[in-house]
Order: sequence, then structure tokens, then C-alpha cells
Amino acid sequence: MKNIQYVGIAIFLMGLLAFSVIPFIGDYRLEEEIVRENVKEIHQEQLLEVLSPMYGQTYTSNFRFIGDFNDRFSTHNEDLKERQEWDNVIWDDYAFVLTKASSLGPVNERPYFFLLISVVLAVIGGLMYILPLYRHEPDGIKNDGIYFSSMKSRGLLGIITGTYLIVFYIILYWFPAYLTNLVLMVDPLSMALSGNPASQWFLYGFIYTLAILVMGIRMFRKYKGNAYQTIRTASVMFFQLAFAFMLPEILVLLNMPWHDFKNIWPLDYSFFFEYRIDGMVSSGALGMFMLIWGIILIVVGVPLFTYFYGKRWYCSWVCGCGGLAETLGDPYRQLSDKSLKAWKVERYLVHGVLVFAVVMTAMTIANYFMEFGLLGNATDQVHSIYGFMIGSMFAGVIGTGFYPFMGNRVWCRFGCPLAAYLGIVQRFKSRFRITTNGGQCISCGNCSTYCEMGIDVRWYAQRGQNIVRASCVGCGVCSAVCPRGVLKLENGEESGRVSDMPIIIGNKSITVKN
Amino acid sequence: MSNSARKIVIIGNGISGVTCARHIRKKDGQAEILIISGETDHFFSRTALMYIYMGHMKYEHTKPYEDWFWDKNRIALKKAWVTQVDFDKKELLLAEGECIPYNTLILATGSKPNTFGWPGQDLEGVQGLYSMQDLEKMEKNTPAVRRAVVVGGGLIGIEMAEMFRSRDIPVTFLVRESNFWDNVLPKEEAQLINRHIRTHHIDLRLETELEEILSDDTGRVRALKTKSGEEIACEFVGLTVGVRPNITFLEKNNKRLTDNDKTGLDLSLGILVDAYFKTNIPDVFAIGDCAEFRERPAADRKTIEQVWYTGRMHGETLAHNLTANSSVPYLPGVWFNSAKFMDIEYQTYGQVPPTLEPGTDTFYWEKDRTAIRFVYNSSNDNLLGVNAFGWRLRHDFFDTAISEGWTMATVLGQLDKANFNPEFFKNHIQEVLAKYRQKTGRSITIKKPSFFHRLIGSRA
Ligand SMILES: Cc1cc2nc3c(=O)[nH]c(=O)nc-3n(C[C@H](O)[C@H](O)[C@H](O)COP(=O)(O)OP(=O)(O)OC[C@H]3O[C@@H](n4cnc5c(N)ncnc54)[C@H](O)[C@@H]3O)c2cc1C
Ligand code: SF4
Repeated sequence: MKNIQYVGIAIFLMGLLAFSVIPFIGDYRLEEEIVRENVKEIHQEQLLEVLSPMYGQTYTSNFRFIGDFNDRFSTHNEDLKERQEWDNVIWDDYAFVLTKASSLGPVNERPYFFLLISVVLAVIGGLMYILPLYRHEPDGIKNDGIYFSSMKSRGLLGIITGTYLIVFYIILYWFPAYLTNLVLMVDPLSMALSGNPASQWFLYGFIYTLAILVMGIRMFRKYKGNAYQTIRTASVMFFQLAFAFMLPEILVLLNMPWHDFKNIWPLDYSFFFEYRIDGMVSSGALGMFMLIWGIILIVVGVPLFTYFYGKRWYCSWVCGCGGLAETLGDPYRQLSDKSLKAWKVERYLVHGVLVFAVVMTAMTIANYFMEFGLLGNATDQVHSIYGFMIGSMFAGVIGTGFYPFMGNRVWCRFGCPLAAYLGIVQRFKSRFRITTNGGQCISCGNCSTYCEMGIDVRWYAQRGQNIVRASCVGCGVCSAVCPRGVLKLENGEESGRVSDMPIIIGNKSITVKN
Repeated sequence: MSNSARKIVIIGNGISGVTCARHIRKKDGQAEILIISGETDHFFSRTALMYIYMGHMKYEHTKPYEDWFWDKNRIALKKAWVTQVDFDKKELLLAEGECIPYNTLILATGSKPNTFGWPGQDLEGVQGLYSMQDLEKMEKNTPAVRRAVVVGGGLIGIEMAEMFRSRDIPVTFLVRESNFWDNVLPKEEAQLINRHIRTHHIDLRLETELEEILSDDTGRVRALKTKSGEEIACEFVGLTVGVRPNITFLEKNNKRLTDNDKTGLDLSLGILVDAYFKTNIPDVFAIGDCAEFRERPAADRKTIEQVWYTGRMHGETLAHNLTANSSVPYLPGVWFNSAKFMDIEYQTYGQVPPTLEPGTDTFYWEKDRTAIRFVYNSSNDNLLGVNAFGWRLRHDFFDTAISEGWTMATVLGQLDKANFNPEFFKNHIQEVLAKYRQKTGRSITIKKPSFFHRLIGSRA
């Protein structure tokens, strides 16, 4: 079995290597038609001329091609700016589409082959490693050696992994033109699903979904025998595959706007942006349903479900960010900071982002109804600041790239405005709590160590107090790893939920509480 | 009673000493509190020592309070070994020679591993497991170990066996009794654990005793010889045959030897105390593992209680007595305890002796790795105790049920409310009730919760 696993790792690494090299192979040649086909009408005249020296030239690497393109493109734009011809300045980003259309490489010709030797190989290797895990071992907690593992305790492997993820996210968000080969590779898949060629976001969604599925299977192995973990993991796998990946593409196939029905504002911060509203309003009954459903989720769904089940119904059962954190991120859950200081920072940050999102949205809606009389295009500025700082930097680069450094819920804990909203409901009006079992706690610290949200669970458990915290996503791992059966996630009567008993059951000497 | 300038010194930063200090501080903002301990700078959870070795946690994770906590609560800490107490002058002498005065002294020095003078017990590679230093030693010994032998079938023994297995080191586990821990567990449960130990590929030897430990020419252990003459080659021997109060320094320098001795401390196996944790010397108290009650604190309790929970309760109660106007005697409630045998969690409430006592009866149900046992009074059917394996039970439920003397019918009729397993876990309640019907002819039913109830609530 061990050997199969080693081979699995080798195959996975080969796939990963191919995935990392593919972007840099092949030739690129821009032609006039390509510009005509991919550039908006209003920019055509300008760009056809600006780019004309590139026509017919073969570039042997995407660096040269993109470099040359960017040079010409920005010189032209700078020129316009200098001459104050603001109306002609091109704000659209054509680097990605033009590079993609100019690719002559082998990936273009044999996308399936390249998909096979990169992503498919990595998945196969990953599964070969994962499926035999804990094969002949009895059900139970499998945390042996985590703090001796370089990968899982901020060792060299962890640092390399984190760096790789960070670099990947930076390229994905700000330099997608360099990923064109990878996008070409998934083009046929995208065509099959939505009838459209793939964008970098399709590529991202595809890998994201695979990561959740494969690492979800790892969760089944790791927590085998724990029904709560198994069902919860199956749930995030389902919601990612069906609601976040397949359904939106099918909508596009039906000429509807791309829409993820389980994404909720303010996590889905652009929900009330003009283009989204227009998209939904102009898409007939289904579009209207998207709008109304989205609003119902915000106004009724979140408070109601959170009242009955706590925020876990979303964060560790449905959400895509949570889904990745709970599967791909599970090996890093112990790296979250449990200090009181971190908790303070968390409260400022996460509520700060919530306020930002709410203010931004309020401005946007007001502006929309006043037909842009109020702020003109200033909201666009705010949107792009939020998109850059929160949407890309925080949620993406830091949110996932920092898994191996700060644990798997950095975004959910410090940044997600929806988590902040759900948390406020959970803290003040909910039936959910983690019940502490009387005086059974031995203060061992397993619960706190494995809390991905950095909650010092033991602080409460050792005092015989229930855990009622805004940030708890109800992953249930504290309860799973507790060696004394002290913790139970429960929905129950509100009375007695917040308990404070300084003297714990078992001592009859002191009966007066407090 | 509260005296603003009094200086309270506690020897030992374990659960008992630290709980006492915290609770004194809650009630008394003035007192000077100092905790002296030679083992570690800060309080850590001794119960988590195994998890450090197994790589589940690091030392810092086992500290229940962050390091700033002590300053903030003005609890002074000092890392040092106390070598002697001058009860006359009310002073402590530290190993480095420093003198520390006190008004009130609390001895909370814990335990140390038992040894029984076996030949070879001082060889390199032979050790117990109690302190952080023991763990460090074990870590240092580990690389050379191709087989480890653990002697003593108790809670620490099974932990040590699991520790080695977590690093794929073969383990032979010697148990003197006919089943694991059967001086505490009834036979069925003990055998259930026997089987589980073996599924973890541990070479469990029942009814096997240590005769002597054999040395190589460098003074390291080379093998262990059993009473039956078998030699087991090994590079490590873990001696886990119980613990006893850690009072060596007091025995050496402070023990009361004659009746006229006014400054000597009354010692037996531990430090002798009354129900108020008072020793024979005024203003000197003892709590936790090192304390030995002159009289049992309750009919079903021992005079030395070496568990985490009782250490905590001792600390709570003594703190109350040192800060309140009137003192209360230590009065433990319904007994409870828990442990984990590899993957099987164990919880117990009330009294479940290894063999039935006259006038009591028992009902036991077992399936795979799950088991539950009830012991009850055979004349009035009142519940006396429960053992559960692989089945989490609610503490407050059984605390009430046992102290109020609920009948078996009442308890079993609410077994759903007593259940503390995580949501979605397979529930064996119906099987247990069916077996109870079979045994006693009494049928007890639990109403199935309505669909709505199931939908909104996981708590019965
Ligand atoms: C491996 C292991 C696992 C355990 N698991 C469990 C469990 O699961 N459940 C349970 O209920 N119990 C368990 N126990 C028992 C439990 O840990 C003890 O009962 C408890 O820690 C005792 O607390 P204490 O405060 O009395 O003493 P200790 O925790 O022993 O603290 C005493 C401290 O005083 C220090 N000290 C002693 N003498 C001096 C001196 N002269 N000068 C300075 N310092 C001194 C010691 O070094 C020590 O640090 C376990 C014990 C061990 C060793
Ligand atoms: S894991 Fe369980 S026993 Fe350990 S500190 Fe947490 S609640 Fe207490």
C-alpha cells in the first residue's frame, strides 16, 4: 500500500510540474483578423494600427509576446493620456483574449492530451495517495505526527506550498495572459458545458472544484467513522460541484447570466452592482427569480437558518470558500492563531470589511436609483478598490495562499463579510451552541489546537461553560478530537445556552455559584 | 479573614495549585500569590503529555492559559525546586539557596511514578512517565528503540503503548492481571479493551510480570525478563505501575517523627490532611495528588485521589476556604472519570466496581467497540453507576440521576436525553432497550421525536 502511495505522490508531482510548465510552451502569432474578432468595435481602429507591427510575427514564448503587446498597448495609452484624449484611452484588458487567440502551440492542437498530463494526472496521483490512507487502521483520530510534518507545521514544504499558491493567485488575478495555455486546455470542457470558450475563471473554477472533490475524499478517509464530518464534507462537495460549477455554466448555455444560487451577499459583493442587476432584470422570469432568491437569502434565509442551526449551515455545509477550507485546507487547520490578540484583530477586521461592503452596496444602490446623479462613476472606483483589496488580495491571495502559514480559515475568520453577518446572528439569536459536558474536560488542548477559527475552545470547556462564539463555523472537529467526550455541537433551547458556572459539577462542597 | 498583606505561596504549578491560585485571586484582590514549581515555567496539561510525543500538539498548545495571564492576574511564578520548608520561621528554601517567606503555604506537589525495587530499574532506557522531563527523556531514548516494553496495565501504560505505536515502534505490553485494568473495569469491558489493544498490533501479555531488567555492557537496557523466565529483547522499558505522592523533599527534611515534634509534618503515603486540607501545621495545606485524607472524604472515595478533576476540586474548595468567612469541608459529589484507550473513549459516572457488590445487579450491552453498563441496587432498582465505551454520556444527566437515585426504568426511559454523541452518530438506544427487555422482561419505550423536532433540534 505504501508503495502505491509513493507512486501516487510521484504522479501527482509530475502532473503539478506539467501544470506549471504548460503556460510557457508554444508559439504565438497575432494576425489582423484576431484583433478584428476580439476587440470591441470602438477600439478596433486604434488597436489595428497600434498592433500592426506584430502581425505575422512568430513569438517563441508568451513572455516575449505579452511583453511586446503590453509595450505597444501602454505606449499608445500613455500617449493618449498625455494628450488628454481621455475619450480614446482604452481601459479594457485585451492581453488575455489576444494572447489566447494568438496561441499556436501544441496545447491549442491537443488540449485533451495536455489536460491529461497535468490536471488529470495530478488527480489520479492524488487519489492513489489518498484512497489507501488509514486502510487497515481502526476508526479514530488520525493526527499522529502532524507537528513533525514539514508540510503541516510551517516547515519547508509548507512554505513552498504557500508560496506556490500565492504566486498562482497573483498570476490568476493580475496577469492571466500568462495562463492562456492552461485555459486553452479546458476550452473543450467549457464549450461542452456552456457553449462558450473558457476564461481564466472557468479554469479556476474547474481546479477549485477538483480540489474540493479530491481532498473531500481525503476527509472521508481521515475522519472515517465520524458521521458528522462525512455528511458535512459530502455536502460541501455537492454544493461546489452542482451549484458553484455546473449550474452557472448551464445557465450560460441557456443565455442566462452566470449565477451561483448559493452565493450570498455580502460575500457575493457584486450582487447589487449595476451590471449584475441589469443582467438579472433582463433575463426574464429566471432572472427575476435570481434577484428575489438572492434577496430572500439575505433577509430571511440567513437569520432563519442561523437561528435554527448556527452559521454552520452555510460556512461548513454550503459555502465554496468554506468548502475549500474544509477539504484542501484541512491539513493546515491547526495553524490558526489562538491568542486573545488574534481574536481582537479578527473582530476589528471582519466587522470592518462588513461595514465596507455594506456602505459600498448602499452607495451603489442609491446611485442606481438616482440614475447616477449622486456619485456619478465614483462607485466604480470604490468597487475596484474593494475588488482589488478584499475580493482578490484578501479572499484569494491571502485567503488561500496563507493556508500553510496561518491556517485554512484566514479569509473566513478575518475577512468574510457574510461570515461577520452570520456571526452576529449566531452570537445573539440562535439555538446553536457547543455544549460542554459538565466537568469532564482535562484541559488537554486538542480542541483549541484543531480549531480552524482560532477559538480557544478549551478556555470555555475547562470552566464547564458552553461555547457560544460568533466565529464558530461548526465544523465539529473540536468535538471529534476531544479525547474525553466533552464537546457536542447542538441546536437547542435558547435558555441555558450561555452558561457561566465557575464551579463545575462534581464538587458538592461549594454549592453557591459565583 | 482576608488579610491584605498576606503572602500565599503554592508549591506546584499543576491543576490543583493553579486552580487554587486562580480562585483565590477571584475573591481576594490583595493577597500576594506566588507559585513555585521546578518542572516548567508555566502551567501545562499533564494529561496531554502523550499528544506532544505523538505530534498532535506542541508544548505550547498544552498550556491552558496564555503567558500574559499570570501577570494580568498578579500571580507570580517562579521556576525552582523547593528543597526544604522551615515551618517555624515560615520560610521555604530553594535549591539555589534562596529563602522565600510565606504566611500561608499550599503544598500541591503532585505525584511521581512508582517503582518496586526491580533489578535493573535504574538502567538507561528504563523510565516512567509523569513529568515534562520524563517526556524529554523518552524522546531522547526513542531513536535507539527497536522494541519497547511497557510494564503495568493502567492508564499511563496504555498511553505509553499508544505513544510508541504512533511512531511505528513495536510494543510489548505486560499486564500482571488477567485482563487490562481489571482492578477497575469489570471483566467484559476489560476484555473489550484487550481486543482493541491487539487490533493496534500491540503484543499484549496478560498475567505476565516483570522479574528483572537486563543490561548491556554500557549500562543500557538490553532485555527484560519475565517471572516465567522469558527474555524479551528491548531497548526501552516503561514502568507504569501507578504513581505515589511526590513528597521526597518533605520526607527527607520535614517529616514528623515523634509525637512531641512540633515542627514536623505528618506524612504517610502522602501529606496527611483533614477535610479542610489542613495539615498538622497551622497555615500549611495540601491539595491534589500529594494530599492524603486522614479519613475518606466520602464513603465511596479513597484517601488519595490522583486524578485531574479531584485536583481541580481540591483547589476550588481550598481557595473558597482561604477567602470566605466560613470554611466548608471537602465534599465530592458523584464520582466521574474518563479516559481513552487508543480509539475507544471511556466515561464513567457513579460506582461501577470490577466485581458486583452484594445487593447490586448489573445490565450490560456491547456491540463492536461500543458498550454500556449500568449497576443498580437490586432491591429498589436505583441506579448506582454507569460505564460507557465508545458512547459519550451527559455528565449532568447522570450526576442528577445517581444523586437523586433514579430507577433503571427512569434512566433507560430517557436514554436519548443522556446521549452526548455527536450529531448523526449511530444511535444504539433501541438495541439497548431490546436487550434490557430480554434480560428483565420489562419493556421500556422512548418516544420517537417528531419530524419537526428532528429537523430543528439535535438536543432531545
Ligand atoms: C501521562 C499522564 C496522563 C494522565 N491522564 C489523566 C487523565 O486523563 N485524567 C485524569 O483525571 N488524570 C490524569 N492524569 C493524572 C493527573 O494528571 C494528575 O492527577 C494531576 O495532574 C495532578 O495534579 P497536581 O496539581 O496534584 O500535581 P502536578 O500536576 O503533578 O503538579 C505538581 C507540580 O509540582 C512540582 N513540584 C513537586 N515538588 C516540587 C518541589 N519540591 N519544588 C518545586 N516544584 C515541585 C512538580 O514538578 C509538578 O510540576 C494523568 C497523569 C499522567 C502522568
Ligand atoms: S479536547 Fe476535550 S478534554 Fe481536551 S481541552 Fe478540549 S474539551 Fe477539554
